[in-house]
Amino acid sequence: MTLLDVRELSVRFGGVVALDRVSFTVDAGEVVALIGPNGAGKTTLFNVVTRVYRPTSGSVLLDGEPVSRMPPHHVVRHGLARTFQNVALFRSMSVLENVIVGDHTRTKSGWLQSTIPLPGTVREEARARTRAMEMIHFVGLDDVAARPVAGLPFGTQKRVELARALVSKPRLLLLDEPAGGISHEEVDATARLLRRIHDELGTSVLLVEHHMAFVMGISDRVVVLDFGRKIAEGSPGEVQRNPAVIEAYLGAA
Amino acid sequence: MQELLQQVVSGIATGGIFASLALALVLIYNAMGLVNFAQGEMAMLATFVALALIDHGMNYWIAFPVTLVIAFAGGIAIERVVIRPVERAPILTLVIVTLGLATLINGLAGFIFGYVPRAFPSPFPVQTVNILGALASYQDLGVIAVSAVVLLAIYLLLQHTTVGLTMRAAAHHPEASRLLGVRVSWMLALGWGLASAVGSVSGIMVAPILLLQPNMMQTIIIYAFAAAVLGGIESPIGAVVGGVIVGVTVNLAGVYLPFVGGDLQLAVALAIIVGVLVLKPNGLFGRPSVRRV
Repeated sequence: MTLLDVRELSVRFGGVVALDRVSFTVDAGEVVALIGPNGAGKTTLFNVVTRVYRPTSGSVLLDGEPVSRMPPHHVVRHGLARTFQNVALFRSMSVLENVIVGDHTRTKSGWLQSTIPLPGTVREEARARTRAMEMIHFVGLDDVAARPVAGLPFGTQKRVELARALVSKPRLLLLDEPAGGISHEEVDATARLLRRIHDELGTSVLLVEHHMAFVMGISDRVVVLDFGRKIAEGSPGEVQRNPAVIEAYLGAA
Repeated sequence: MQELLQQVVSGIATGGIFASLALALVLIYNAMGLVNFAQGEMAMLATFVALALIDHGMNYWIAFPVTLVIAFAGGIAIERVVIRPVERAPILTLVIVTLGLATLINGLAGFIFGYVPRAFPSPFPVQTVNILGALASYQDLGVIAVSAVVLLAIYLLLQHTTVGLTMRAAAHHPEASRLLGVRVSWMLALGWGLASAVGSVSGIMVAPILLLQPNMMQTIIIYAFAAAVLGGIESPIGAVVGGVIVGVTVNLAGVYLPFVGGDLQLAVALAIIVGVLVLKPNGLFGRPSVRRV
């Protein structure tokens, strides 16, 4: 079943073509990696899928529904969550609070009810807390749950962001460089965590990443972009042998 | 000593009034990085609403919360109608819009209610009470109590409710919040509503002292700026502490520095603003702004 369907997607900023008629899909249960040299359009593509940018032409369908017709705050209700390249956490809040914000669409009470401590509201907030703690446990951060995010190491912050994205129970998780800027051991741990997210939570993953060993180790399929165009797609093995990909990365001989 | 204590208590009461308006400024500053120059005028208008309710025979303690609800709705309406169309405009545009809004509300209040100062009732008796040898007026103690309750309520709302959490999230990182399903624009409107309600407390508390007229809040807003800047313009707790410090300082300076008297108290507030900006631009509770480049 196709979860994400990117069709003939083009994005232009003035005269610059960031994406040029890119098409690919992510099926339910798949881990797909988006790779390519710097400036290939990977993050732009993420930003179109999550409604930060509007495409110049083409469309993105999430579960058959065009993303462009959803208000940005509804995207998460259609089962999409993401993390950011440089981590976009609420720095003054604790780890737990950050994750509870991620859970926010699942709590049903409106803003007015939430200010009045009725039994229903209290129960609901307790449930939100429990779900958030479960997810914090899942990513292995029980020890720092009450700590403010600002003082935590970058690798830990990335895990907080993962927990915050996961707590909404997304069907598709978009990860922008999950292995970027973290240590070797953390890269391995992140790969293991992604596998558990896929196996235990059944979440499909679309990720942008430069770390090739990481990408080749966990992806079912790899899509290669270069200068805004899709130049290759296939299994990690196929992509690594593809002459166009080798040329894009190493330059023509 | 006894007189000093009296002046301190009365300074804290004034400080509570400043703190409410300063907190209103901080709420909007946090939500959109904007100093709302119309905050004082919004409070003044709300105070006129309160007076109208009381004049129509409503009990003070019913008129008070009713006014806060009206101010809350009014704040939301102002955000939706006036601010939202220019939400993404450069900050200077927004500042000019709030200045225009201040002028508009001031003129509107003058047009509807006139410029003759009106007496505003105080719910507190005029007698004094003896605390540790110092005489404190019920008026001052009442203002302190009301301010404390309101500020505590705001604190609990922001720190301990889901809506407070999402409001803080939206203010902090609108892009990420939106993707988590937060209605960022609506949170902004709620922020304006909340600020409007808190600010109107300062108007209602100060009106019995200053008499109510359209320009009533124009000095109070300067003190509130001083309080917010002193506390660190981003910090709600800073606004409250700053308010109390400014209130006490201004009061003591007026009494004990002969050249200040009643006339130069505003100059003390301005001196605080300049002093803080020069010596400690982030205020007492503010964080230095760090930008990733």
